[in-house]
Amino acid sequence: MDGRFQLIVVENLVIRFGKVEAVQGVSFAVARGAAWGIVGESGSGKSTVLRALAGLNEEWTGRMLLDGAELPRRRNRAFFRRVQMVFQDPYGSLHPRQTVDRALAEPLVAQGIGGADTAIPRALDEVALSQAVRFRYPHQLSGGQRQRVAIARALITSPEVLLLDEPTSALDVSVQAEVLNLLSDLQRERDLTYIMVSHNLAVVSHLCPMIAVMQGGKVVETISAEALRAGRTTHPHTAELRALSTELEEP
Amino acid sequence: MKVEIANLSIAFPTPRGPSLAVRGVSLTLGSEKLGIVGESGSGKSLTARSLLKLLPPEARVTADRLAFDGIDVLTATERQMRSIRGKRAGLILQDPKFSLNPVMTAGEQIAEAWRLHRRSSRREAREATLDLLAQVQIRDPARVAGAYPHELSGGMGQRVMIAMMMAPDPELLIADEPTSALDATVQAEILRLMEDLVSRRGMSLILISHDLPLVSHFCDRVVVMYAGRIVEELKAAGLARAEHPYTRGLLACLPTLSHPQPRLATMTRDPAWMDGSS
Repeated sequence: MDGRFQLIVVENLVIRFGKVEAVQGVSFAVARGAAWGIVGESGSGKSTVLRALAGLNEEWTGRMLLDGAELPRRRNRAFFRRVQMVFQDPYGSLHPRQTVDRALAEPLVAQGIGGADTAIPRALDEVALSQAVRFRYPHQLSGGQRQRVAIARALITSPEVLLLDEPTSALDVSVQAEVLNLLSDLQRERDLTYIMVSHNLAVVSHLCPMIAVMQGGKVVETISAEALRAGRTTHPHTAELRALSTELEEP
Repeated sequence: MKVEIANLSIAFPTPRGPSLAVRGVSLTLGSEKLGIVGESGSGKSLTARSLLKLLPPEARVTADRLAFDGIDVLTATERQMRSIRGKRAGLILQDPKFSLNPVMTAGEQIAEAWRLHRRSSRREAREATLDLLAQVQIRDPARVAGAYPHELSGGMGQRVMIAMMMAPDPELLIADEPTSALDATVQAEILRLMEDLVSRRGMSLILISHDLPLVSHFCDRVVVMYAGRIVEELKAAGLARAEHPYTRGLLACLPTLSHPQPRLATMTRDPAWMDGSS
């Protein structure tokens, strides 16, 4: 793994909660402009990896690099300018008493970027929300609209990397399709790098050409979406997850 | 017919007048497995819960007929309803964490359900509890019986819920998103278990879910709800031949492993789906 060609490198990441080793030496590298998927069941450690990468957990050992530079345990402001995260439940990640306008202005203020008056309408446009949404509160929006607001907020400071933690699991399937289409459009337009965590194999394979399969804190297999579709799995857990996913696809 | 529903409507008062959440739903159910599918707000849960009179107090229910095994639910007293709920019709909800009593062991809760509906001694209830836990394929019934809900995994908790619901030997089981909070590997096991228990005991099952492919796998018949109405009713095996544009849209917008598409189909909601003129 050569750090110069990879935008994100994770090497031998170990995370402990008390006596439990939740992540047991995970390594992977993601090229600029790529979409990297991590799948696994609950307790596999997939979200723990993503949260450590986002700087939400400072208790880890190993190495994490962004653009060749080693990431410090406590992330600085420049890091959040380049890396942003979108969570599963937009209802939990948006402040209930702040309008959409305030939610979108905050990252700009935190980064010392001006021009909120032009940036906010543009950000709403980009995620296909009407301008009328700008002065509403989260409870006045549908689940899909709230997730669009969360994506707009993550993108408003023009980051290079989006960390996506089950971004569509709380949404109805018709809304999930819209949000997944939006994420692929945005990635193409802005040359974004994605790391997406999900329990849903079909969703991850739709967006990510390369996928790491986690079980019990370890990456048990790294597989291309193409090989996964064709059934060329090497680890029994990947084969099991694939079987459960395809079983329901045949009517 | 175990369940008869004709022209059921459920309305909630709002500052701008009553809002109809369920609009003119009719369906019947015999000894079979019926799936009710729809997105959030389609009225699928309200429809099923109205059968047990488990709606929020402000809900206004009207129907030409709403009956469980010939008993008119609309005019039934609370006392009559208590002889149906749990005893003759069980309800399983999405998350066992919220449905189980956190300060009682799993075994005590199952034994309570058993004793409430049958006259029996503590010892008989205790034996029945272990037997029920074995029936929901728990390998070490004695250990699980002594465990508190927080000591159980999601799948184990849902097995305990099912064991508790099976205790009074009900004729109808209503399962509202019973596996949505569970991992795919556990989901398959729980659904197989429910299917097995239901067919072995000759029960009726109403399975409520947002997941159309999943439901059609486990049910005989599926009704698809949209904005409070049934827009289509299908034999589960006939999913591929669904005709309503909403049903077809629900299937088309799902990403799949077997048929990759560069872009997912999205739904254009026809206002005509609301009033049934389509």
